[in-house]
Amino acid sequence: MSSNSAARNTKVMNRFDLTSRLIAKLKNEEAVIGGIGNTNFDLWAAGHRPQNFYMLGSMGLAFPIALGVALAQPERRVIALEGDGSLLMQLGALTTIATLAPKNLTMVVMDNGIYQITGAQPTPAASVADIVAIAVASGLSNSSWAADEEDFERLIDTSLSATGPTLIGVRIDDKPGTGATRRDPVQIRERFMHGMGVRELL
Amino acid sequence: MAVAAEKNAPDASEKTWHGVVLQTLKRNEIRLVPYVPDRVLTPLIRGLHADPFFTTFATAREEEAVGIVSGAWMAGARSAVLMQTSGFATLANVLASLAVPYQIPLIMFVSERGTLGEFNYGQSLVCRTMRPVLDSLAMEHHTITRFDELEFIADRSIKQAITTQAPVALILSPLLTGGKTFDK
Repeated sequence: MSSNSAARNTKVMNRFDLTSRLIAKLKNEEAVIGGIGNTNFDLWAAGHRPQNFYMLGSMGLAFPIALGVALAQPERRVIALEGDGSLLMQLGALTTIATLAPKNLTMVVMDNGIYQITGAQPTPAASVADIVAIAVASGLSNSSWAADEEDFERLIDTSLSATGPTLIGVRIDDKPGTGATRRDPVQIRERFMHGMGVRELL
Repeated sequence: MAVAAEKNAPDASEKTWHGVVLQTLKRNEIRLVPYVPDRVLTPLIRGLHADPFFTTFATAREEEAVGIVSGAWMAGARSAVLMQTSGFATLANVLASLAVPYQIPLIMFVSERGTLGEFNYGQSLVCRTMRPVLDSLAMEHHTITRFDELEFIADRSIKQAITTQAPVALILSPLLTGGKTFDK
């Protein structure tokens, strides 16, 4: 349990507040990939940007999608927002990212220990596992819990000029998402490709 | 050493099925090729690793690879995914919720196991799920059985996927690759 105590000592924050703080920092058309459900609802609510991509399914693929963006555009910073339950679906992706070690990828894990959107059931990891320790053991040495909001902002700032991938764990409350993403997958993709500078809108 | 290296080097010429696939990927500017390995795909995977044109690497799951190439496509890079039949069987969710509705030209090469000499009953059952899944989503797919048709089917299918923004599965039959056989 000792490895878990650090996580439990971190402040319980709020997903929408942290997402808003992140978005306010982005000045260089950074790509942001929002995982399914609350993670992308709060990304949407924090203010739409052409560089935002919103997932409408395929739980667990926010980090792989962000990795693809990061590999295709090594000069652009890419941030992925994922829930703890989603990450548990695709833990192997952490090892792939550690192996490729893109310098331009920042991963944020919003950890509330529950599947909030389905009725707040605890995840199997909730009382036994430490997501950041899993990330470190997967080879992502630059992984840490954010102690509070200021620490989160500091970790984001550092990651945006890092020379390797960064993973930031944040403990969040059990609040649902703030907004609701418009569920139009083709428009989401077209606008994102426009935001990535690879396609003009009609 | 030189002789050994030459012996181990994959034949990337267009005299082999894997050489044709590699050169067709290259001609179509497909540089990013994540895969979950398969015995039959080994010479193709070796060829991709040996050619600096390609960025190729293993992923832990096939759907992870689909996520990666979807992100790469949206950021301007062309990609393809390599897998075995049993790996395709894990993809229904990501095909139906990402590749098809977002109109991503996902290009998949699937090494077909489970037919024409399969020795593992489970593999033959998994194989039977593949085409019904593809058909249920109305996805383009071709089973390539003949070497003389390989380049045409692969090249045209890649171009069609990109221009129509629709996924395609290219199933590499044991008739083309030799497949995997029970030797003992």
